[in-house]
Amino acid sequence: MTVTDTQVNQSETPNAEGYFSFTLGEFQFRRDEYFVYITWPTGHHVMSVDAFLRALQRDVAWDFFYGIVNFDGVFGTVNHYGTVDIFAGRYNDSYRKAELDYSENHETPAIRETFKSILADWTNETFDPFASPHETGAAWGIKNGDNNSAVTRRRVAAQRMVGVPGDEQIRSDESGFRINRHFLDVDQSEPVVEAEPGFEGEVVAFNLFAYLSRSDVTWNPSVVSACKDSLFCPTTEEYILPIIHGNDRVEWFVQLSDQIHWDVEDRDTGAIRSRVLMKAGDVCAMPADIRHQGYSPKRSMLLVWENNSSKVPELIASGQAPTYPVEF
Amino acid sequence: MGNPTRGGGVEQSSYTTVFGSLDSFDKGGVELVNDDARHYAFSNVFEVASMSKPWEKVAVAKNFEYVLEAVRAEGTSPWRTAAHDEFAVCMDGQVSVELVKLESSPLPADAEGSVALDGDPVGAKMGRVTLSRGHQVLLPAGAAYRFVAAAPSVLMMQTIAGPDTQYRWAEICQTV
Repeated sequence: MTVTDTQVNQSETPNAEGYFSFTLGEFQFRRDEYFVYITWPTGHHVMSVDAFLRALQRDVAWDFFYGIVNFDGVFGTVNHYGTVDIFAGRYNDSYRKAELDYSENHETPAIRETFKSILADWTNETFDPFASPHETGAAWGIKNGDNNSAVTRRRVAAQRMVGVPGDEQIRSDESGFRINRHFLDVDQSEPVVEAEPGFEGEVVAFNLFAYLSRSDVTWNPSVVSACKDSLFCPTTEEYILPIIHGNDRVEWFVQLSDQIHWDVEDRDTGAIRSRVLMKAGDVCAMPADIRHQGYSPKRSMLLVWENNSSKVPELIASGQAPTYPVEF
Repeated sequence: MGNPTRGGGVEQSSYTTVFGSLDSFDKGGVELVNDDARHYAFSNVFEVASMSKPWEKVAVAKNFEYVLEAVRAEGTSPWRTAAHDEFAVCMDGQVSVELVKLESSPLPADAEGSVALDGDPVGAKMGRVTLSRGHQVLLPAGAAYRFVAAAPSVLMMQTIAGPDTQYRWAEICQTV
């Protein structure tokens, strides 16, 4: 059943710690100084508030992304691109076998507005869920202001390519994007572009590595170029990917700098399938039936390459296309 | 001494960013627990370019019709064109790009992938771009382009599979 109510249901008054509680369908959410408590008709769950807010931030910013966003091994969302499932235990073998798993389907605006409200209310002024642990203060404690400018950052989505007139523009000190402390050694020189008169809008290039060195967020793929449905979504990574991403299509990673360790698990059960170490220049597919979580010891540059075609998930789910990218 | 951080820890006073190159790359890999390595098609663009002839377009990633190609850039490439935008990222070295607005494209508007042109293109010169490591260039739909690299360099192409895309998965990918 799809729940269509778009009103955000929050408690009339904040709790003793100063936070509102929220309800979405039969799911209830509340936080205190350290933890988030989630309940549903067949169970309940506790998460550290910093882990929850980091995951919630990505789910909101990505508008539920491709496929499954597992906040951890129990709770998460599944994007159906118009509606979203919110679940507990659905991709956890033990919960499934015990028949304690539970999910609801909501119209995307309803879950979007509820999640945005939770993120806004539960993020204190000391905490930036997009930042690495070295770059932000703590999420803990009683209600202490807000950080709405951080949690509502605009996601970059170039229509053609960064730097093309009228499209997303390159980053600079002047536009508020300083070079990240881990990328101070990254060359900032721009390509030499010599356009003939009349072709200034077509002869375009930019320094992708410098652009990434100025990213002020972690684990947040955003589009820099689009070849039809082929999207270059590079991102800078540090510490742990705050979600466990369950694929509904094959996605590809190209490690542009430094290294990332990946845990790869079965998408539906969580059973470990492999561990992947990616170093600069490495290319690796993430099959459509896995879920993955990355660990980046130093801030690194990762190119996430996506096929944005709306036809792909159904082709794979129906078995018309394989879960892995190439046969050899 | 390190630097104290907002998070309460202390980190190093400086960091070195590691990029790869034709001369220096260090591959990771897939450590299998319960899977088939071929499902990950794990390769390295610098290793692929090191094994390629100049201007071969070797697919290192494929998602239905879309591909990423590793290209060893060395000397002057043939002229090519596509009916859709393509993009090239210089992963190592220095590569210049010459662009010409074709008076007449050999491709229908819905053609996918790039093709080589016979001889020099006919049309107005659009300009020239010089790329170094990390730079990305737009190769506009309907334009002819060629690359020039004085020394061996590496490009990664964002495009659609075409007649010249090379598939060498068994040679370039981890299989066990």
